[in-house]
Amino acid sequence: MPLYRDGGFVEDDWLFPPDDAPLPASGKVAVSKARFSAERDTLLARSEAIGVVLEAGDRLDDIAADLSRLALIAIRFPKFGDGRPYSLARLLRDRHGFRSELRATGDVLRDQIVPMLRAGFDALEPSHPGTIAALHEKRIVAVSHHYQPAAAGVSEKAPDRHPWRRISVALP
Amino acid sequence: MYRYDEFDRTFVLERIAEFRDQVQRRLSGELTEDQFKPLRLMNGVYLQLHAYMLRIAIPYGTLSSAQLRVLAQIARDHDRGYGHFTTRQNLQFNWIALKDVPEILEKLASVEMHAIQTSGNCIRNVTADHFAGAAADEIADPRPYAEMLRQWSSLHPEFTFLPRKFKVAVTGAPHDRAAIKVHDIGLQLTRDDEGRLGFVVHVGGGQGRTPMIAETIRDFLPEEDLLAYCEAILRVYNLDGRRDNKYKARIKILVHETGAAEFAAAVEAEFAALKGETAPLPPDEVARIAAYFAPPAFAAMPARSEAFDRALHDDPAFARFAARNVHPHKVPGHAIVTVSLKPVGTPPGDATAAQMEAVADIAERYSFGEIRVSHEQNLVLPHVRRDDLPAVFAALSQAELATPNAGLVTDIISCPGLDYCALATARSIPVAERLTERFADLDRQHAIGDLKIKISGCINACGHHHVGHIGILGLERNGEEFYQITLGGSGDESCAIGEIVGKGFSSAEIVDAVETVIDTYLGLRNAPQETFLTAYRRVGEAPFREALYAAAQ
Repeated sequence: MPLYRDGGFVEDDWLFPPDDAPLPASGKVAVSKARFSAERDTLLARSEAIGVVLEAGDRLDDIAADLSRLALIAIRFPKFGDGRPYSLARLLRDRHGFRSELRATGDVLRDQIVPMLRAGFDALEPSHPGTIAALHEKRIVAVSHHYQPAAAGVSEKAPDRHPWRRISVALP
Repeated sequence: MYRYDEFDRTFVLERIAEFRDQVQRRLSGELTEDQFKPLRLMNGVYLQLHAYMLRIAIPYGTLSSAQLRVLAQIARDHDRGYGHFTTRQNLQFNWIALKDVPEILEKLASVEMHAIQTSGNCIRNVTADHFAGAAADEIADPRPYAEMLRQWSSLHPEFTFLPRKFKVAVTGAPHDRAAIKVHDIGLQLTRDDEGRLGFVVHVGGGQGRTPMIAETIRDFLPEEDLLAYCEAILRVYNLDGRRDNKYKARIKILVHETGAAEFAAAVEAEFAALKGETAPLPPDEVARIAAYFAPPAFAAMPARSEAFDRALHDDPAFARFAARNVHPHKVPGHAIVTVSLKPVGTPPGDATAAQMEAVADIAERYSFGEIRVSHEQNLVLPHVRRDDLPAVFAALSQAELATPNAGLVTDIISCPGLDYCALATARSIPVAERLTERFADLDRQHAIGDLKIKISGCINACGHHHVGHIGILGLERNGEEFYQITLGGSGDESCAIGEIVGKGFSSAEIVDAVETVIDTYLGLRNAPQETFLTAYRRVGEAPFREALYAAAQ
């Protein structure tokens, strides 16, 4: 799947082994939350980076203590209208101080890219051809003036002294 | 009124550009109707039975004369010369071409209006008391808070894909004219023992197929915590609200299934964690927004008006208007006027372009250029000198806008029903029209007194039948429309859900049935001052059921 990060498409160097497949001997691996919980010690003992893939309905409580040891969290949108990943992203960034890659996967569409980035996602894994093309060709038309601060770590400027107003610098 | 600055203007123009791009992708076929649907809904565009419908936001029901004139112009240029004011203080145009929508949005933007979040599973247009800033019984003006909520909720990155739509209402008076207890969040301005402003917070009210009265989860929320607390409620709902069944996805179901105490505890825990993380609401920002809603420059007037008293004495038609459509104002010598959009035999809430322009002119001359839209589908002139009331009455009469029926039997709320709506199971507007014809006699209406009839054309209850003193729900069985009557509902501070009185009535029978209910009330009330609702609460439904069904037994 194409991976969009920092304003362009990049090579994805993460491996996503299915839950019933053995872990690859080497490489950066991201596993489901269930597998992470079951094989936590083995995973954390690996020398390479570890990530967790969350479903929209997952909660963060049982991985909160390990977040600083994760280099990737991917959250899957089962369909674009399921807004739970936005709240999970906010909690990860604002409450738990998660600063590593936060990736949106699943039903990632061009019309939701701005809220995804503002909620704290910094990598997108779209499968929708129109979205991929629009990102390639920088044809995303979106609002850049916002009435709420974005998640912690998102770079936006305050245009005036009113506390909730922000402007996106540009769509990356 | 709130006035856009450069930031607000740019925001709306960018949203139009974004939507224009979405419309072009739909028209070019890049987007299927299924893919386009949630995008158009986010901007108030519905596909109805016969055409696209555009729902325009009128934040907290406040309009200027200039804005109302532009709405009239859009009605002429892009619709069939009229518009429909809704129970959410919005305006709907029912005959719109999709390709025209971006152009209409630009016309709206020229007078600081938009259609953002008038549909979709997001925080909808925030509503407020239509007498805000004018009512004699007001503690504080709710509109600054509604405006802050409007801004904060606009394209909110976290709360744009909620389990279901989300409606917030704010009132600043103890008498609830905004039906806050049947909203997802109902905010009631209050003062604590030290005189500080804050809110009573009600959550989980709603109508639809599962009507519920909101639970009070906070007796006093300090003003500065408004956004943080709403953010906490929304976050709990976004994460925990049901997404498996559209009809169980509103927050009222979550509150009900979780239990009010446990839900409140979850909100409080999230709120405690959120403080410090979220956008603050500092006093200078509250003051900045509140300044937009400063009272207009009222002249110092004596409380009594000779011109008013004289007209009351000389003109029985004016006296009737004054008795129903003129309401107490907080400033001596002034009054609030209800402009009835419920003349006999017309769809409730409809106004022609000419009528909109007439109201705009009258408001400009007599009401500081300000108009309100009520959730009861009328317009309001909030700030009229009592001396000017006879002239206002004359001008409204000329435009056929002076029906003296505010709060009476013909002041009916009705959804568009099967004449327009793709969800409807029965017609509702024709029932409303026939009822107004049956009760057209003004003496009879005034003799009956306060009575709210509300009609919905399907169980989604857009016509608020659950909180009608007499509610009418239109359903369909074997291809035939029939109408269920509920009694005893109320949308104000004495909020109650009406009870179904018995089996339904055919379209041919329903008007007679309502008349039977009203005649029964007239026969059993203690005194003319005992309203229908008070009498119903005293005697219960038995006498009404008997009158309605005895003949059939």
